[in-house]
Amino acid sequence: MVAPSRNIYSVALFHWKSLIIYLHFAPTLNVEIDFFEGKLIGLCHPYFGMEAVAVGIISALRPDDPIISTHRNHGHAIVRGVPFKDLMAELFGKVTGTCKGLGGSMHAALSIMHNIPVVTAIVGSGIPIACGIGLALQYRKEKRIAVVFFGDGAVNTGAFNEGLNLAAVWRLPILFVCENNYYALSTPFYRVCAGESIASRGAAYGIKSFLVSDANDVISVYSAARKAVEHIRSGNGPAFIECRTYRMKGHGIYDTGWYRPKEEVEEWRRKDPIERFMNKLKIRGILDDETIRRMEESIEKELEQAIEEAEKAPVLDFNELWDLLYVEGEARYGEWR
Amino acid sequence: MESGVRELSYAEALREALIEEMRRDDRVIVFGEDVAVYSVYKVTKDLIDEFGPERIRDTPISEAAIVGTAIGAALMGLRPVAEIMYMDFITLAMDMIMTHAAKMRFYSGGQIKLPLVIRTEYALGRVSAAQHSQVLISCFLQSPGIKIVAPSTPYDAKGLLKSAIRDDDPVLFVEAAMLYRTRGPVPEREYLIPIGKCDIKREGEDVTLVAISRTVPEALKAAEELSKEGISVEVIDPMTIQPMDYDTIVRSLEKTGRLVIADDSVKTGGISAEIAAYISEYAFGLLKAPIIRINSPPLPVPFSPSLERQYMVDYKKIIAAVKKLLGKC
Repeated sequence: MVAPSRNIYSVALFHWKSLIIYLHFAPTLNVEIDFFEGKLIGLCHPYFGMEAVAVGIISALRPDDPIISTHRNHGHAIVRGVPFKDLMAELFGKVTGTCKGLGGSMHAALSIMHNIPVVTAIVGSGIPIACGIGLALQYRKEKRIAVVFFGDGAVNTGAFNEGLNLAAVWRLPILFVCENNYYALSTPFYRVCAGESIASRGAAYGIKSFLVSDANDVISVYSAARKAVEHIRSGNGPAFIECRTYRMKGHGIYDTGWYRPKEEVEEWRRKDPIERFMNKLKIRGILDDETIRRMEESIEKELEQAIEEAEKAPVLDFNELWDLLYVEGEARYGEWR
Repeated sequence: MESGVRELSYAEALREALIEEMRRDDRVIVFGEDVAVYSVYKVTKDLIDEFGPERIRDTPISEAAIVGTAIGAALMGLRPVAEIMYMDFITLAMDMIMTHAAKMRFYSGGQIKLPLVIRTEYALGRVSAAQHSQVLISCFLQSPGIKIVAPSTPYDAKGLLKSAIRDDDPVLFVEAAMLYRTRGPVPEREYLIPIGKCDIKREGEDVTLVAISRTVPEALKAAEELSKEGISVEVIDPMTIQPMDYDTIVRSLEKTGRLVIADDSVKTGGISAEIAAYISEYAFGLLKAPIIRINSPPLPVPFSPSLERQYMVDYKKIIAAVKKLLGKC
């Protein structure tokens, strides 16, 4: 599916539906309540408050540009169009999920069909893997680019530094997107990141770098993304965008984010990406309250159906796990043979 | 030598395997430290002349990126052969191998396959001291999903490397530096050796001697010496460490009832330990005697050449262990 027009507002509107889904993800289906009532268990790292980054970046891509994502992947999945029922079933650990229930929330976005081939929960690990994807694209002389998302926590890992350096020296077609939401779990980035900014680290490797200081504005993110993508697709090597945004909730579903100053949280709440973008679209007459209401209704229905189907779906048979280990070869061992 | 068979070194046999697979399939690419211009053991020597700098690349010293790149490229349908120069350096890529390469197919629900090969070598015996002599194979037994292959002859090396490259799963291909210059017969015609099957290198009746990689020639020498004393030793070379073909070992024990295992791992939790535990648990009834393992002692490798020689598994230690097992000391 290609966005209908190059006008930023039309393009963004195309993804607006995704944003609205996201707006409703948690409150409508009460994800948190589901977790605490035991319907959903395990780790879950919501994307609340960061929606402008997913929409702004992914709107500037081709639908077949491979995306490498992280444990905080729900926003990427939704904007890319991974069906809601497949994501929900994965969160419920059912066989109808994107990963047959074997990955859960942290890997739910992984969908080859939607060109999200890597969703990894080890901080920083997506970066060297993205180098391999970029290498394959370069080797085959393709026009596609690889796009790897990671947080502020990733930029101090060895993997990040090895990957950036390699991508720069081999001029790999990769867009590095740092979703700097100011905290790696409870650790503020300015306490652990040396240097003037995260974007300057890209520049240190000679990579064309952008700093979007208000990445809660869809248009700012989108503009930077367009420039970065153009640079890469023209064969100029990788690019790097640092997006400064904020988590509206804690690191994970069990974390309230109590370690963050209340004034800081309030300051970012006032910059809510969805509200701001909605207003921009209303002012330009692209959206009106009635249209918004109808969209929200249909999306709520879609969501409720996804939950219903997920609750009813079966779990994979344990014995089938062995068949997933190797493409070919006997995985069964000892008493499991 | 019969016609159609020539004598090659282990390194030459590996190089031939790479050349044949790269000619056959342009998805095969090679990268690692000092593989393009230079080649530490000459396995990738001059490949760049035929295949060009897009297909043979020198990387920075970045083991995690080397393996990560192999993963990403394999995911996109290429068939990368990445090299980790010394097995000691593989620890810099443990996350990539164990937490990613071994698991991506599984946690993606089978959406992904990773047809990659990581070639590495252990230099035990080359007087390289503690940091350049480690045998870390058994660490990867804790990472189901990665296949592990360790050939001991030029014939096996070529056939198994070709199979590893054609295999759609991630393969850790472990060479032994002390074997690079050993020579053996290699046919001219193309052949493959299947991954996942033991090779019975010598048949025997009294004792089953399982040996891996560099210890295989030591085991064969021991078996030859023991045969002069009327002791018949069956030497089995698993060749594939994971998944291990236990059926062949069990069938041999049905004949002999006695198991000796020799490998260069350190004794504590090495490959021999896994084999011994398996047989003790699942084939105890076949055993007439305890299982004996001959391994490196749990110490770092000393530099001094005579100390290193005392440290390593050799045919004399194997002979002594077999005799002890048979009560013939």
